[in-house]
Amino acid sequence: MHHVVLERWSRGDSPVHRRDARAKILLTLALLVLLSTAQDHLAAVSLLYFGALVMGLVAARLPVWGALVRAAVVLPFSAVFGLASWLAGEPERALALAAKSYLSALGVLLLVASTRMPDLLRAMESLGAPRFLLIVAQFLYRYLFIISEQAQHMRSAALSRGGFRRAGFRAAAGALGVLFARSYARADNIHRAMLARGFHGHFHMPAAARFGWADGLFLAAAGGGLALLRLAAGRLG
Amino acid sequence: MSEDRQTRVLEVRDLRYRYDDGTVALDGVDFDLFEGETVALLGPNGAGKTTFVLHLNGLLRGSGSITVAGLKLGAETLTEVRQKVGIVFQESDDQLFMPTVLDDVAFGPLNMGLEPAEALARSRWALETVGMAQAHGRAPYHLSAGEKRRVAIAGVLAMNPEILVLDEPTTSLDPPGQRALVDVLERLPQSKILVTHDPELACALARRAVFFDHGRIAASGKTDEILNRFGWRLRLGARSA
Amino acid sequence: MHIPDGFLSMPVWAGLDIGAAPAVAYLARRAQRDLEESRVALLGVMGAFVFAAQMINFPVGVGTSGHLVGSALLGVTLGPSAAAVVMTAILAIQALIFQDGGLLALGANVVNMAIVGVLAGYLPYHYWGRSGARKFALFLGGVLSVFAAALLAMAELLLSGVRIPGPVLGISVALFLVSAVIEGAITLAVFQAIERINPGFIRAPSGRGAPVLAGLLVAAVFLAAVGVLFASAWPDGLEKLAQDAGISGRAKALIATPFADYEAGFLSSVWLRKAAAGLAGLALVYGVCLVLARAARRRRSA
Repeated sequence: MHHVVLERWSRGDSPVHRRDARAKILLTLALLVLLSTAQDHLAAVSLLYFGALVMGLVAARLPVWGALVRAAVVLPFSAVFGLASWLAGEPERALALAAKSYLSALGVLLLVASTRMPDLLRAMESLGAPRFLLIVAQFLYRYLFIISEQAQHMRSAALSRGGFRRAGFRAAAGALGVLFARSYARADNIHRAMLARGFHGHFHMPAAARFGWADGLFLAAAGGGLALLRLAAGRLG
Repeated sequence: MSEDRQTRVLEVRDLRYRYDDGTVALDGVDFDLFEGETVALLGPNGAGKTTFVLHLNGLLRGSGSITVAGLKLGAETLTEVRQKVGIVFQESDDQLFMPTVLDDVAFGPLNMGLEPAEALARSRWALETVGMAQAHGRAPYHLSAGEKRRVAIAGVLAMNPEILVLDEPTTSLDPPGQRALVDVLERLPQSKILVTHDPELACALARRAVFFDHGRIAASGKTDEILNRFGWRLRLGARSA
Repeated sequence: MHIPDGFLSMPVWAGLDIGAAPAVAYLARRAQRDLEESRVALLGVMGAFVFAAQMINFPVGVGTSGHLVGSALLGVTLGPSAAAVVMTAILAIQALIFQDGGLLALGANVVNMAIVGVLAGYLPYHYWGRSGARKFALFLGGVLSVFAAALLAMAELLLSGVRIPGPVLGISVALFLVSAVIEGAITLAVFQAIERINPGFIRAPSGRGAPVLAGLLVAAVFLAAVGVLFASAWPDGLEKLAQDAGISGRAKALIATPFADYEAGFLSSVWLRKAAAGLAGLALVYGVCLVLARAARRRRSA
């Protein structure tokens, strides 16, 4: 499953993995904005940014081809609107949509594949995201794998009994009802375990790691690089 | 040495509890635990063993009295009692709810008000005690059942409890995992209550046992005797010990 | 319908990010008030449940199957504020881990699915959950939650200049309606299954206390979205209308701000202007959100 693979990649070690999560988040946002606001010379911009992202994947010691394929999940959506634009007589727009959305997805994938989720969430808190929301996301992520596995087991069990097709709609609804109940019971158990270890209504999160000079250098250099690439595209395109 | 008067660390008198729908879960339970001993709670499913232990740190509130290390359990003493009584739940996944092992073990100490540095030191010590120090940065999802169980124990140890309660600790553990667990538990100095279905585990760790049935303690005595009396060995008649 | 990055124009994504941030902060505070912080585990686990639930296929006829989206179901089981927070967390994780929906577009997706979608899914149950029309209320909630969110997404795309010719628009709306009906059916079926297992899981709707504001908000947003859709399908008609009313000229003057056509005039190179405007836009969004959050926090502690 996709999230299992990304989680594994995020546990790797590379110069990119070791950078502060805040720097990587800011860099990714800068990339997304630069992409989003690109109007002219899109072919050149896309190629240059594609090259930069591939370099990023290599620096992060990630499987390049695997990453490129996974980012393509966004393409079907873009294809539909691309087709509509093409039919409306604006083929360049179609390509623009495809290129921008794909490269954006690739950029986010690089971020998440080179940063562990706890660090990512902690960085978002120091960048101002509401704590309550982040803790919900943290618990969601923690139990996502387990509950997905349970759902998969239910699916396999159903498939080996002829699948949901025969038994149909109500059986699938019943399965979800059971999954809901088990999840709710699990949440109750978690709550009890929290109380048993003295929880008083406030989570004590360990502080985010320091933002080092290497991180600052990384942000400035990579950010500057991306900006320069936009400039270069203007000259080349 | 003069007469060995053992200190009572837990005293339960006439504990009664009903579920919301009126079913009687505990029907007047008296129980004592002495310092340093390990007692096994045996009995069929639904007899009330887990319900009983959930009262010991106030997660469930029934009628009757519970005194932990001289402290009467009540609304004001809840926090203190929860530090003294550490429960290791049956489902480790529901107990290890933090993103990393170290975060999870530090949860208890931080709640107790320790400074982060001290809490981390305590956590590392607890992880070493259970032999899981190298896993400190890992996500609980990636641990085996036995590893999760040991981390859960560490999370409780880090609070420095006087009593350890373990609810079905060998569930889903393979024999090596079970052996590792027994090794860890044998070395811990705390008084222990062991809820278990596993006769071998009970014999290995507990000299004394009580047998729960329909919300009451039906019998109490040496583990071996209780097991034989209620036919709880898989193969009746003692096999080589 | 998760909108990826690269589709929305800067005014649209920035505007929605600015709108979504304080709304989410407010909903997070409400959810925190309604449940204690220890219940945060429940919200997280329910979010994981919805994620996992999307894997189960519901057969809906010849060779097709649908799956649960979940806004309405979460709304009626957890209450609207908590459900909105859970949906936001789901959308954030979907954007980050699954690249399903963009990061800049997260504000738009949150408004569509976590705010409007949840509210539209919950309101029918709030009013009619106790009456004999309860089943219909649940079904309607499911339908509205998906339909409203999809229409909004469509409107945002059109506002950003994405070209969708009339017939394609019509087909899309029809498809949205179909998936909305499926969601309604699934929501009702799962709700009944849950209730059969344990009626305690279901929050009884209060029925009173008219969340008039919420209802009006949903209706207004809905109408605006529909308006945009019609406007794009008949652009000439609208243009003529604007000319006749003498609006277009005035409208142009109104938005001649420094960032019109997002070019900051004082910088020489074209690309530099655009990129600078984009980054400045992002900084503006961030700054506004921070200020609003601080103001809200100050007001709360006062």
